[in-house]
Amino acid sequence: MARAIIQVPARAQRGDVIELRALIGHAMETGFRRTESGAVVPRDIIRQLVCTYNGAEVFRAEFHPAVAANPLISFTTVATDSGNIEFRWTGDNDFSAIESAPITVE
Amino acid sequence: MITRREFVVLACAAASGAAPGALRATPAAMDEAMRAVTGGAQVRRGRVTLDAPALIENGNSVVVGVSVDSPMTQADHVKAIHVFAPLNPLPNMVSVYLGPRAGRARFSTRTRVADTQTLVAIAQMSDGSFWSDQVSVVVTIAACLEELK
Repeated sequence: MARAIIQVPARAQRGDVIELRALIGHAMETGFRRTESGAVVPRDIIRQLVCTYNGAEVFRAEFHPAVAANPLISFTTVATDSGNIEFRWTGDNDFSAIESAPITVE
Repeated sequence: MITRREFVVLACAAASGAAPGALRATPAAMDEAMRAVTGGAQVRRGRVTLDAPALIENGNSVVVGVSVDSPMTQADHVKAIHVFAPLNPLPNMVSVYLGPRAGRARFSTRTRVADTQTLVAIAQMSDGSFWSDQVSVVVTIAACLEELK
């Protein structure tokens, strides 16, 4: 399981726009590099990050090889209810990782 | 007798010339990638702000941010933002899909930039219109070129 770090504010006021950040350890091998012998190094990247808030999708990112190694992405969402914010990454070679954090909305 | 310096220069030239064209998308590939997003609809300049450093020392990790001028309400919001690098091996960099629950239409991530070029961001609005911004960047150390040992 890849190491993932997410930043979700522990508490927020209802209606606040909160910033979410998600970082995951992954080489993001582009598939365009070659070894010294000329063989192409096969592509191995994370394809997608889906962020759900209490089960409802609020943000989705599709990555291409142009996303740097150890993808970091930051974006915003509106604090609606207390609950759980989940990040799910999927990619080549059946890569999958899930990380979630609770949020309290007052 | 080849000096070490000459050998290094030759080796670099050979390595970079090993696959000419393969490491750079063609203008047609860029057009196709953009058409896949817009469906051929008109793309207007404005409302979008693409934030990237003008001078990139290392193309392997370049912070790129996009924000779009939008109220992000149910009636008027940004549905998707796409970022392109026309001279990367693959023009698509990253696409994000969002909606009124995002509150703000903005995101940032770290990307690879292969060469000195003009990056393009396109935003798709809920009314079906497309808006764009572009930024010219100069790269001193390109991404995607290094060899594995």
